[in-house]
Amino acid sequence: MSKSKTEEPEGTVSGGCKKEDYSISELLKERGVSRRDFLKFCSTVTAAMALPATFAPKVAQALDEVKRPPLVWLEFQGCTGDSEALLRSANPTVGEIVLDILSVDYHETIMAAAGHQAEAALDKTITDYKGKYFCVIEGSIPMKDGGIYGCVGGKSHLERARQVVGGAAATIAIGNCAAYGGIAAAAPNPTGAVGVMEAVPGATVINLPGCPCNADNLTATVVHYLVFGKIPALDSHGRPLFAYGKRIHDNCERRPHFDAGQYVEQWGDDGHRKGFCLYKMGCKGPATFHNCPSQRYNEKTSWPVAAGHPCAGCAEPAFWDTMSPMYRRLPNVPGFGIEHTADVIGLGLAAGVAGGFAVHGALAAMRKDKEPGDDTKEG
Amino acid sequence: MTKIVVDPITRIEGHLRVEAEVSGGKVSDAWVSGTMFRGIEKILQGRDPRDAWFWTQRFCGVCTTVHSIASIRAVEDALKIQIPPNAQLIRNIIIGIQTVQDHVIHFYHLHALDWVDITSGLKADPVKTAQLAASISDWPNNSPTYFKAIQDRVKTFVASGRLGPFANAYWGHPAYRLPPEANLMATAHYLEALEWQKDVIKIHAILGSKNPHPQTFLVGGMSIPIDPDSQNALNADKLIEIKRLLKKSQDFVEKVYIPDLLAVASFYKDWAAIGSGVGNYMCYPEFPDASGKTWLPGGAILNRDISKVVPLDQKKITEHVEHSWYQDAPGAGGLHPWEGSTEPQYTGPKPPYEFLDTSKKYSWVKAPRYEEKAMEVGPLSRVLVAYVSGHKETKGAVDMVLAKLGVGPTALFSTLGRTGARGIDCLLIARQLPTWLNELIGNISKGDYRIHANEKWDPSTWPAEAHGYGWHEAPRGGLGHWIKIKDQKILNYQAVVPSTWNASPRDAKGQAGPYEAALIGTPIADPGKPLEILRTIHSFDPCLACAVHVLDATGKETVQVKVC
Repeated sequence: MSKSKTEEPEGTVSGGCKKEDYSISELLKERGVSRRDFLKFCSTVTAAMALPATFAPKVAQALDEVKRPPLVWLEFQGCTGDSEALLRSANPTVGEIVLDILSVDYHETIMAAAGHQAEAALDKTITDYKGKYFCVIEGSIPMKDGGIYGCVGGKSHLERARQVVGGAAATIAIGNCAAYGGIAAAAPNPTGAVGVMEAVPGATVINLPGCPCNADNLTATVVHYLVFGKIPALDSHGRPLFAYGKRIHDNCERRPHFDAGQYVEQWGDDGHRKGFCLYKMGCKGPATFHNCPSQRYNEKTSWPVAAGHPCAGCAEPAFWDTMSPMYRRLPNVPGFGIEHTADVIGLGLAAGVAGGFAVHGALAAMRKDKEPGDDTKEG
Repeated sequence: MTKIVVDPITRIEGHLRVEAEVSGGKVSDAWVSGTMFRGIEKILQGRDPRDAWFWTQRFCGVCTTVHSIASIRAVEDALKIQIPPNAQLIRNIIIGIQTVQDHVIHFYHLHALDWVDITSGLKADPVKTAQLAASISDWPNNSPTYFKAIQDRVKTFVASGRLGPFANAYWGHPAYRLPPEANLMATAHYLEALEWQKDVIKIHAILGSKNPHPQTFLVGGMSIPIDPDSQNALNADKLIEIKRLLKKSQDFVEKVYIPDLLAVASFYKDWAAIGSGVGNYMCYPEFPDASGKTWLPGGAILNRDISKVVPLDQKKITEHVEHSWYQDAPGAGGLHPWEGSTEPQYTGPKPPYEFLDTSKKYSWVKAPRYEEKAMEVGPLSRVLVAYVSGHKETKGAVDMVLAKLGVGPTALFSTLGRTGARGIDCLLIARQLPTWLNELIGNISKGDYRIHANEKWDPSTWPAEAHGYGWHEAPRGGLGHWIKIKDQKILNYQAVVPSTWNASPRDAKGQAGPYEAALIGTPIADPGKPLEILRTIHSFDPCLACAVHVLDATGKETVQVKVC
């Protein structure tokens, strides 16, 4: 707050109203949300954070005490898919209110103000709440040619990122583009697109990749910070372990079919209709760390594998290049253990790429009887 | 004369900037610039054409299905693949609900705040608000208690002093004209629509795993298996859930969106004479049945002549870069998407900048033209072409809306007309959707479970070279993808997108694009608060991530992607 030396006295905001200091649960009550619904919400985010249900009261208690932290959401080289995901967040009523409660002071897709007035709103928040606001970044940041490939209000994305991310308590890079450069960074990366961590080195950044990110993971990350007062534990790619700590393949509802050697061979065939394993159709679940099988999308309605389509690996760095072509099977499904870390898989994947996908992996060699078939000609 | 800049234009998809000259209280000239570039089409070169839908889907996460559809159609056209009837029907349902949901979100969450002053609703009488609501619809949520609760909720929010996304807006602007009760009603429905849109789009999750970015499209069909006797396929349970959601979507459109649209429009009838634009309207045919015949017709209306629809020829589409940040093509004139040869070449000011030099290149958006004419695309074009073609359902809906507002068909050539046509489009599609679901159920009852044509899935069955195009009427208008395939890989890929047509800058002849033309003559009460510019721009529903793209030189060595 050291820089908030505007004409207004400390503790007031534009219009002279008293600064909001309701806690989240108080505000929910004001808005007609029952205690019961609030606790239900707490249980849901507790589950999303992969915490035991016994933590729900702790989450509720923490939210009882938390005041409204402001959040600014900047979109750079993105497609607005992550903002759309936010609109579909799995806990509709309360989720929406929680985001209200976070005081979303800047989000170009939804905000009423435009032009100079919008810019002024952003400036006010990052000045008044320096070091205290959350920042969410959607989309990659083009570094090439002085940042000319992305501008808002006449300022380059890079300039804005440095300004806003620099003063944030924590920054969430939402979606694969903001986390790792995403599609714009795919070869030949015409605009020199990178993720937030690379564009603004040294900032506190939490990566929530996915294409788009599952909004439940966003809510859970914010709540984690509010409840525990620190950012969640991250893996080597900057992703919270509670959402990206396990491999899709190890939690997949179709895993028994993989183990039993039952595969979809052709779209619409008997195996496809019966929900067999999609490995041979190109599924990247064995190389992807994400909680899709448990968290699912659109209020847990479904996820790609449940709808008969292979996983595309969208939570992994550089998946656009390393995991494509999409329908080519992975050359090497690493191991059986369910405790593989992203680092080990990443190495395996890099080796596979280097080998031009020509080599069969340990799995195939070890499991000749149930080996998914010869795919060397696809290499 | 005052020159004003609105950047960012908010409540749209992507990054859009408007520079306008204002004199005598009106916009005298305007320039529209797309300020973000990614180059996805260039990235696509050398990759598997069967993957293109997944990449091009990321042109836009708001449109979220439309590029997938155009892409698989382009590849299927190139490879001459006929998809099974069930795949066609599933696609129609996915396209249809996307359009319905998208239009409602646009009206309430992207456009309404141009007409609705939320703060004025605080002064409303909840009893009178309920009476107003009941006079236009039998929607259950129209009691005084309901509106009082909404009002209290907004009051608490405003009293907090921190308005979040509603801070610093043009509240109290003289161009806001709704009475407090209408403002409160619209605010209530803004919140209801937020809940509604999450539910109805679950149809995408059922048929395609998730939304945004459903993962279910395949060149040759769809990847959602059908089997009434399996829990892992489209079965009765899932079909009945889709049916329920379609009913829910239709109810909301008929009982909330359309009545609200008519109520709001009745206070802003002068906007039926503002924002006319280029006067040329174009749309592609959409919603094919198993034989390829479409439910909605395609065509063009030129110079506001609603006596006839001109048939389209894709060969007449070209793109210009005279005022776009790309290398000029050799020779004059625009180039057809298959023949395009442009490279990004930024010549604008170094950021941070105050103004663009609009006499030169000033946008990442290119300038597509049909027979060298700037064309408006979108719901208005779709509705006009269907109306003039004599499409029965469209004619009925258009005549109903015009009669209720007491205006003639020429009122459609306007900012208000564009916003009204979007509602009509939404209503028509919401009513048509159950037909496709019933046809799908009928096929399944007869034992037809086919969802994919497998014959050409293996690239070794393809010719050495092929080219094709795919058209799709997206919510925002005519979308086309053009592809050239060589040796089983993408040689060249080009998308000419609705917002590229509408947000286009000047072309070589200096012809303004549709946004630019529509802004000219727009009244501006206060140049410091150009609310009126937002009204006209938002009436097009801009989508800028879609609009900006690039293609690479034909014949240039294709980019080697490292895993291929």
